[in-house]
Amino acid sequence: MTLHGENNAPKQSLHTNSSDSTATITQKGDTGGPHEAQEERPPLPPRPSLLGVGERPATPLSAAKRPALQSKPTTALSSVDIQTLSFPDGSRGTFSTPASRSVSEAGQRRPAGTSTPSSRKASNNGSEFDDSASLISYAPTLRANGDLASLLDEGLNAQSPAWKLLSSQADTVNPFEMIDYEDNALLNFDHEFDEIEGVDSKGGNEEEVLLQWKAKLKHYLILSSAGKPIYSRHGDQNLINGYIGIIQTIISFYQDVKDPLMGFTAGDTRFVVSIEGPLYFVAISRLGESDTQLRIQLEALYMQILSTLTLPTLTQLFTNRPNTDLRRPLEGTETLLSSLADTFTKGSASALLSALECLKVRKSQRHTINNTLLKAKTEKLLYGLIVAGGRLVSVIRPKRHSLHPSDLQLIFNMLFEAGSVKAGGGENWIPVCLPGFNNRGYLYMYVSFINAHDGGESSHERPPSTGGSREDEIAILLISADKESFYELKQMRDDVVTELQKNGSMDIIKAAVRQGRPSTTDIVPGTQLRHFLYKSRANVQFMMPSFSPHFSSLLARRR
Amino acid sequence: MASRGPAGSRVGNSRFAQFKLVLLGESAVGKSSIVLRFVKDQFDSYRESTIGAAFLTQTISLDDNTTVKFEIWDTAGQERYKSLAPMYYRNANCAVVVYDITQAVSTSGRLWELEELELTSHIQASLDKAKQWVKELQRQANENIIIALAGNKLDLVTEQPDKRAIQTADAEAYAREAGLLFFETSAKTAENVRELFTSIAKKLPLDQAGPRNPRSGGRGGVELRPDTPGTQAGGPCSC
Repeated sequence: MTLHGENNAPKQSLHTNSSDSTATITQKGDTGGPHEAQEERPPLPPRPSLLGVGERPATPLSAAKRPALQSKPTTALSSVDIQTLSFPDGSRGTFSTPASRSVSEAGQRRPAGTSTPSSRKASNNGSEFDDSASLISYAPTLRANGDLASLLDEGLNAQSPAWKLLSSQADTVNPFEMIDYEDNALLNFDHEFDEIEGVDSKGGNEEEVLLQWKAKLKHYLILSSAGKPIYSRHGDQNLINGYIGIIQTIISFYQDVKDPLMGFTAGDTRFVVSIEGPLYFVAISRLGESDTQLRIQLEALYMQILSTLTLPTLTQLFTNRPNTDLRRPLEGTETLLSSLADTFTKGSASALLSALECLKVRKSQRHTINNTLLKAKTEKLLYGLIVAGGRLVSVIRPKRHSLHPSDLQLIFNMLFEAGSVKAGGGENWIPVCLPGFNNRGYLYMYVSFINAHDGGESSHERPPSTGGSREDEIAILLISADKESFYELKQMRDDVVTELQKNGSMDIIKAAVRQGRPSTTDIVPGTQLRHFLYKSRANVQFMMPSFSPHFSSLLARRR
Repeated sequence: MASRGPAGSRVGNSRFAQFKLVLLGESAVGKSSIVLRFVKDQFDSYRESTIGAAFLTQTISLDDNTTVKFEIWDTAGQERYKSLAPMYYRNANCAVVVYDITQAVSTSGRLWELEELELTSHIQASLDKAKQWVKELQRQANENIIIALAGNKLDLVTEQPDKRAIQTADAEAYAREAGLLFFETSAKTAENVRELFTSIAKKLPLDQAGPRNPRSGGRGGVELRPDTPGTQAGGPCSC
């Protein structure tokens, strides 16, 4: 349905160089492979936020604007065309062009100066933009162009009778035809994270569930090389088993000829494959992300699995028994994988830039906080961190050991995105492997949350699980290599908290958290700028202004 | 085993004792929910699995002049955390072993259908898993450890009696035989949760915690400190 539906979409917006093949597959070694392209590509495209000033208004793009944009990318890849691929839903030969793929490529390849010379100039004030970073942040703004309208027809929210009505109606008249692209995407995006209901015992709602599944804009699948499903963001096993089999067959085919499959495109849907030892990772996206982005996301999922199991365990499991079912060892971490995946789907600056965000406090104040941590440091401590509102306040570490951003991303995801640690109350002692630090063994992490809105004595107690969002949690993380050091680290936590309260740092942190990010006008008075991202490569840090007031919805933020 | 005794103190006529308690049992039987009910008097139907272990404290009054503080280790039930368990029960004074009265078959793999033969070795009633824990505790833990067996999710059975998979009498008989306290609990409705902890507290050697060894007790590797403001747990949250 998804793919057929494309026929409703305005065809004229598709590329002129569309080939007749039903699906296009890019293989590694292909001239235009995403990786190579990434590395060689010299010109920096303009950043999205800057573009927004001139060419791209913050209001949704008008439908007229879109085709104009799309007509540019005529440099689609010289990809290898492969004959019919049978697609999961059994439909063949109905897809037209590699739309999403060329969109992202187009974004990257577009000569920087052509359309917006002025905004290009403006980007200089951001100084050292990381090449890939700015590319990446640009790509998602060129979103799926093909069948957004038809997406609507698919009864995404099949539970609601209103939707059912609409869906049935849609077969004859498409009531949304006239509606702007972005608006349509928005409607769908709101449902992107809805749970798919299970297939009921009689299988009566199978069709419906399948539709819901296909309506998702983004999928992640993890399977073993033996074809065992390990994880999928949407849908239960019954639903995905068939697809897992197909994907495994496709991937193994290329594995056998020593020419690993990197990705392929069907309609406006991009499939990216990443192979890590015995594990296959597949990202399926209709959001117009680049291969590089998707690959980074898959890598992060792999890191999450390693952080649960460690590399030796993983290797051993599959050496001993190649058809191991990894779901059991990973049991309970599905939520971590899902929250990680959803972070990517929503768009996470820290994932995009492989950098971390710090809480804005004065240098002298941070110095005081650092010293407090250092003074309380116990022998067993490896890393000590204070994190507030999802942003780093302070970190102490042994000499010559830095903390890898991807490790921090895993930790932050575990603590702030997935609910389990936060909801539990009390203090936590978590064995975790930080693959960036050492993928062979576990470290032990002491976690204690302090609520920013509480005052004084009661600040040790966590808020009720319903209250306290990510934005106002202060967490103290103490990481040790010794699994017996809980009580020592707990003592240290108590000392640190007492000291922070005594020297006033706690209030400073709380105030800074409450204040949130500065708005763009605070940084540059009177600016037209709505939003920006700045990454300091040397510090692996980035900063961004507050989303409000301009970007309040999920979708708006994604852009 | 004197060195493993609880820390306690007697001020005037009132007694205060502190005990370490560990919760064990298969994943998804409701260990964290029982703790959340006991410590905060809350319930969350959509709890995610515990990662690692959580440490919480709760103080209860047995009578006008006896106060017992539990230091609770809520462990994760997944197999991969099993090797960490000894660390939590090693110095525990008491343990609550939890099973799910509605699960005759392991909940593991509940997200995915169990179809592989290789998995059958893992399939077991959550009560069987509980029995394994009891055995391990009796073999490895503090020899005076007080163990309670808790069959959780009583609310499901009250609503739909045919959901019961493990008969009360069977579990009770086993508990009696093994010398365990036994309760069927519901973290959701709070039924028997407080009773469970209270009866454990009553069974604990409070007198040991009396003047004979005022706060000299637990030094067997556990650091038990007098109540500092930093570790003080509040009562059940009013929200």
